Amino acid sequence: MLEIKNLHASVEGNEILKGLNLEVKPGEVHAIMGPNGSGKSTLASVLAGNEDYEVTEGSAHLDGEDLLDMGTEDRAREGLFLAFQYPVEIPGVSNINFLRTALNEIREHKGQEQLSAKDFLRLVKEKSALVELDGKLANRSVNEGFSGGEKKRNEIFQMAMLEPKLAILDETDSGLDIDALKVVAQGVNAMRSPERSFLVITHYQRLLDYIVPDVVHVLYKGRIVKSGPKELAMELEEKGYDWIKEEVTA
Amino acid sequence: MEVANVIDEKKAKFMTPFEGSSALVDARPELKSEADLALTEIAVPTTRTEAWKYTRVGKIVNHDWNISPSTAGDIKEITNLDAYRAIFVNGIYDATKSNLPNQAGVTCQLLSEASDALQQMGELSDHNSDWLEALNMRYAQEGMALSVEANTTLDKPLYIVHYTDNTNVAAINRHLIQVARGANAEVIVHYVSNQTAKSFQSCVIESFVAENAELQIDKIQEEMTGESYIHATEWTKQARDSRFNIRTVTLSGQWVRNNLNIRVAGENCETHLFGTYMPRAKEHVDNHTMVDHLVPHCESNEVYKGIVTDKATAVFNGKVYVRLDAQKTNAFQQNANIVLSDDAHMYSKPELEIYADDVKCSHGSTTGQFDEEAVYYLRARGIGEASARKLLVQAFIKEIVEAIGDDAVREYCLNRLEERLDQ
Ligand SMILES: Nc1ncnc2c1ncn2[C@@H]1O[C@H](COP(=O)(O)OP(=O)(O)O)[C@@H](O)[C@H]1O
Ligand SMILES: [Mg+2]
Repeated sequence: MLEIKNLHASVEGNEILKGLNLEVKPGEVHAIMGPNGSGKSTLASVLAGNEDYEVTEGSAHLDGEDLLDMGTEDRAREGLFLAFQYPVEIPGVSNINFLRTALNEIREHKGQEQLSAKDFLRLVKEKSALVELDGKLANRSVNEGFSGGEKKRNEIFQMAMLEPKLAILDETDSGLDIDALKVVAQGVNAMRSPERSFLVITHYQRLLDYIVPDVVHVLYKGRIVKSGPKELAMELEEKGYDWIKEEVTA
Repeated sequence: MEVANVIDEKKAKFMTPFEGSSALVDARPELKSEADLALTEIAVPTTRTEAWKYTRVGKIVNHDWNISPSTAGDIKEITNLDAYRAIFVNGIYDATKSNLPNQAGVTCQLLSEASDALQQMGELSDHNSDWLEALNMRYAQEGMALSVEANTTLDKPLYIVHYTDNTNVAAINRHLIQVARGANAEVIVHYVSNQTAKSFQSCVIESFVAENAELQIDKIQEEMTGESYIHATEWTKQARDSRFNIRTVTLSGQWVRNNLNIRVAGENCETHLFGTYMPRAKEHVDNHTMVDHLVPHCESNEVYKGIVTDKATAVFNGKVYVRLDAQKTNAFQQNANIVLSDDAHMYSKPELEIYADDVKCSHGSTTGQFDEEAVYYLRARGIGEASARKLLVQAFIKEIVEAIGDDAVREYCLNRLEERLDQ
């Protein structure tokens, strides 16, 4: 599904990713943990095609397609979805109008017919129920005046609407209370399938009680320095990152 | 002296073609001589004149215009609009295309035939010290007089179309609107042209909104393929407890100058001014507004939003006066602009002059580029860059267009906006 080889990326001249390797197979959920500033969001941004980041070396492929060669919108159309750590507010653009445009552009890209207004609204109803997003929020401007939790749920709602192949969740759990966390996890779990993969970036092991990963990676100073089964997350929760840092520098 | 002579000659040459048209002012000889005096004594404004710093009147005065009737048949108009119609083609009233109100309590007739309205003409407007207003007063060809009696609601909007279809044609009109105590009226004024050459339109609307009355004006301006030069001025006086809302939508125009002057002369009035403009290529749109709060307990709210691209220029100058007596005034003004190219210019100047001490007033002016983070967010959901930008433009301007009360007018503006974004 996702294959990253020796990825180097910099922002404003500083190299942040320094030779990152990662392979995610269809249906798998991989967690990426790591201390603040280790490059987790940078990885997500580079995969999504944020032009602030420059890839200097390496490759990233989604189902064999060269991701780095595509514009942001084409990556999304090919099935990549990023739930942002900090979703932006877009005054005046309604959530609904925005999603209909997105969905139809993706469908057009795939050579599918446009969704009828009726089918679209049915889909909105179904998917917003999944993340317990108030129907009224769907009609409001994108993220405008949403609480932190609403913004995160709106990201998962969009993911559910767009049905990506690969979803990257960048600290979707940070700042959420336990109820909101469960709702987000429930949304993700409902979408797990043998054809869909997840890259769950998180700071806290807590999320992984609800979204059980197949593999846990530790990202440190722009590289994946340790990978292991889900128990690795427990160990990180207990012992912090210092032992990893020591292992790396040793 | 010689310089002055050259300028005077230019002035005279510019005005000569209009000499024959004075249907309105002929009924008011004293106004005629006042306007004549102003036209002679006052110099044509230049960019050294503060109010015309960015907008060149020379573009109009240095061109040879003519007064001439229509050559073509059909006009451009908002066809599915359920309204009364007053159609002016090249400044000349076209009775066959018009359909004036015929409702009890409503009088709507040509201004040249409305003796009461003619007596009120010039009460608000500034034909004594503003050269272009003097020009309008002196040479106005025709106009409408709409009078809605007390406690009467004009049952459909009055749709006034100013259409031009001739090369180098000038159209000079003025209207007078009286909305009596407790009455309601909605007027839509549409400036539109359809020719490949130039036209110049000058229009002054004087409105009197009496106690507890309400007047709504939608002002739509656009040119088709040719070049429109539009000088449009509204003067409105509000009596106590009245409401006045005006929306100005400039879809396109080579040279557009709007002057909006509102005297809030009675307590407990509400005033809303919305405006939007989206000049591109070498278009030039200048909005000057003035809200004069003379008395206490009134509220005014003004929002103008613009998108300026290519080599276009937009000007916003919003004056709000809160006079010494106008305590407890709430005055809000906002001008927001997106400038999309290095060669585009936006000159924004809010001017609040507050002489009362117990008031709530605020103003803000922002000029910026696109929110690139928002563009990225939309693209990350599969929306192409062009449609992402289009969504953001529409979102930015929507607040203004959606303030238009009439469904057909609002739809028309949204469609025209969309067409323009697709071009
Ligand atoms: N847009 C940016 N401009 C400048 N520096 C950045 C930018 N994005 C990230 N960085 C820097 O890159 C490093 C990694 O950041 P980030 O990927 O956000 O880490 P994480 O998500 O793991 O906390 C940090 O040192 C951060 O300051
Ligand atoms: Mg981060």
